[in-house]
Amino acid sequence: MLKTFSIGGIHPEGNKLSAKSAIQELPIPKIATIPIAQHIGAPAKAIVKKGDEVKVGQLIAKASGFVSANIHSSVSGTVFKIDDVMDATGFRRTAIIIKVDGDEWLETIDRSKDLVTEITQTKEEIIKNIGEAGIVGLGGATFPAHVKLSLPPGKVADVLIINAVECEPYLTSDHRVMLEKADEIMVGIQILMKAIDVKRAIIGIESNKPDAIAHMTQISSKYPGIEICPLKTQYPQGGEKQLIAATIKREIPSGALPIEVGAVVQNVGSAFAVYEAIQKNKPLFERVATVTGKSLKNPSNWKFRVGTPVNDIIEASGGLPEDTAKIIAGGPMMGKALVSVDVPLTKGSSGLLLLAEEETARKDIKACIRCGKCVSVCPMGLEPYLLMVLAEKKNYERLESDSVMDCIECGSCSFTCPANRPLLDYIRLGKGKVGQILRARK
Amino acid sequence: MDTIVITIIALCAIGVASAIILYFVAQKFKVYEDPRIDEVEEVLPAANCGGCGYPGCRSFAEALVKADDISSMNCPVGGAPVMAKVGSILGHEIKASDPTVAVVRCNGTCDNRPKTNTYDGAASCTIAASLYSGDTGCQYGCLGLGECVDACKFDAMYMDKETGLPVVIEDKCVSCGACVEACPNNILELRKKGPKSRRIFVSCVNKDKGGIARKACSTACIGCGKCVKECPFGAITLENNLAYIDYNKCKLCRKCVIVCPTGAIQELNFPPRKEKPVDKPAAATAKPVAKPVAKTAVSSENKENETTDNK
Repeated sequence: MLKTFSIGGIHPEGNKLSAKSAIQELPIPKIATIPIAQHIGAPAKAIVKKGDEVKVGQLIAKASGFVSANIHSSVSGTVFKIDDVMDATGFRRTAIIIKVDGDEWLETIDRSKDLVTEITQTKEEIIKNIGEAGIVGLGGATFPAHVKLSLPPGKVADVLIINAVECEPYLTSDHRVMLEKADEIMVGIQILMKAIDVKRAIIGIESNKPDAIAHMTQISSKYPGIEICPLKTQYPQGGEKQLIAATIKREIPSGALPIEVGAVVQNVGSAFAVYEAIQKNKPLFERVATVTGKSLKNPSNWKFRVGTPVNDIIEASGGLPEDTAKIIAGGPMMGKALVSVDVPLTKGSSGLLLLAEEETARKDIKACIRCGKCVSVCPMGLEPYLLMVLAEKKNYERLESDSVMDCIECGSCSFTCPANRPLLDYIRLGKGKVGQILRARK
Repeated sequence: MDTIVITIIALCAIGVASAIILYFVAQKFKVYEDPRIDEVEEVLPAANCGGCGYPGCRSFAEALVKADDISSMNCPVGGAPVMAKVGSILGHEIKASDPTVAVVRCNGTCDNRPKTNTYDGAASCTIAASLYSGDTGCQYGCLGLGECVDACKFDAMYMDKETGLPVVIEDKCVSCGACVEACPNNILELRKKGPKSRRIFVSCVNKDKGGIARKACSTACIGCGKCVKECPFGAITLENNLAYIDYNKCKLCRKCVIVCPTGAIQELNFPPRKEKPVDKPAAATAKPVAKPVAKTAVSSENKENETTDNK
């Protein structure tokens, strides 16, 4: 019997169309648009100005606070301008626009393919350098990695959990990275283990990736302390709290962080980025993303430079299919629809999903029939039908007492609702409002 | 027979005894309430809209009676006449405050502001605004999902299907501010109703640079500043590429409307323009405008330009 979390969860169609497609390198764009806010927290501060020459890997925007991340140039060329451009949500935000000229990397970056297994840096150096390299959680939440690794005083971790679940349907980028870069990931995990001082790491992988489980198990035998934990294919297995419950059977109290139960969770892609940052001195400016969709000609996995327009990666995968009604950044469950194909790809772009009208159109909203399905699938044990009504009626006190802040926004409730009610839309709204109230109270 | 008599007598006795007890209890626990609260509440419109800032008419009445100075308190529904009555009850002198009305500061109709994508999420402006910039190129404008209309308790607003924008029915609007609160993009504003309901305002909230704003919407304020220069009263300010007309300084001369290149400044309830400027005190001092252009003509001209640009 495979391990999984104890309550709720759903089983959406896997649709891993691009699982067999090896990672390819996307051509460098002609113009790279690099937003200064690609992470959760304060936007970085641009340190280059119009006309500056930049090289690949050069720091172009500096973290402007504790929860913030450095931004490095993904291309070499001239800074064309620093201007507000449309981001994935359609709002205008500051970005550094670079006219690409050649592909000249900083000399400090080790571009060889050799595997470096020896970890020479100390714990403090590792955390500092991960911060310098601008690494953020590559699962999609883009939380700065060095912040997660700097444990609060008095807290001790005893296990590192690597999130290689990839529970979102369609996405296969983590799957491919595991198959192609297993050794590098293992070294990256050992670096992370050293950073938080733990002797044990568990890699959680869903059972729908048997090849990855087999490959990673084989490679991990060379590295002490790393275990592979096959998990049941069930959404949202990749949620931090769900993953901890599934792998080490510990429950995080409401409102607390994983460190409360002695665990630190990092994404498998982040582990690879950590390897490159520490062993190869290469900051985070490229990553792997899946471009997929049922009508797309070649669903594939691309290694792209941050700042490449979405359009380029779609063109490389066979062009925009005519029946496309929605382009989603991320997976179908938690991803967000894009407003335009001209927006740039960022550190958080784990995938692009092209959906046709019949796959994506919302059905008519009907009255709640009190079937309770949303309650039974909620992995956090909440009552979504009730939270939705409370949010609609703006009853924020009751929303708070009914633990709306525990919602992980996985969308299982909306997915399962037979009356097509927009449960998550309203709950997310209520959560935002309650969050504001809580912050104001402090 | 006896039983009935005894029963009646017993019941009467109990009734009298209870009445006496209740009388003393009522005396003992009597709460003094200013009788003027009831009087004031009587005068208030009983709409319980909360436009005054209090939970309902009763609470407002209590606050009015308690307050030493009620000049800053206003019932938006009843307006000056009701406040005058309240003043006479409470013995306060009431200065009539200018009536206000809600205005929609967005003219991004389906024609002026083409849609760039389709929104099919929950039909709530607040939700749409929290997710993304909206279904047009303008991230500031009306989202068109009618949360303001839902918030209006007086049936004073409706969504115009053709333009996709909310419309305020002036006669019904009591200026309670519920729609202003409901709109996540701050498009609605309470402005002075003006003499004969004549009003001039910048019907745009777009803070983008001119080119971007103009591309998204043909009637956007592009922040050119022509109106600021033209205004003889210094009523117009330009901030973040957006003009704003201070209704306390505006003398309704309509010069800004004429110079606005995109037709972003709207005039309401004015008589049709004649060859000569209208007989306003402000206009008398102003130089005659060389070539007055009606607003509708301006916007249609713009539309033509837009289409040719696209080609």
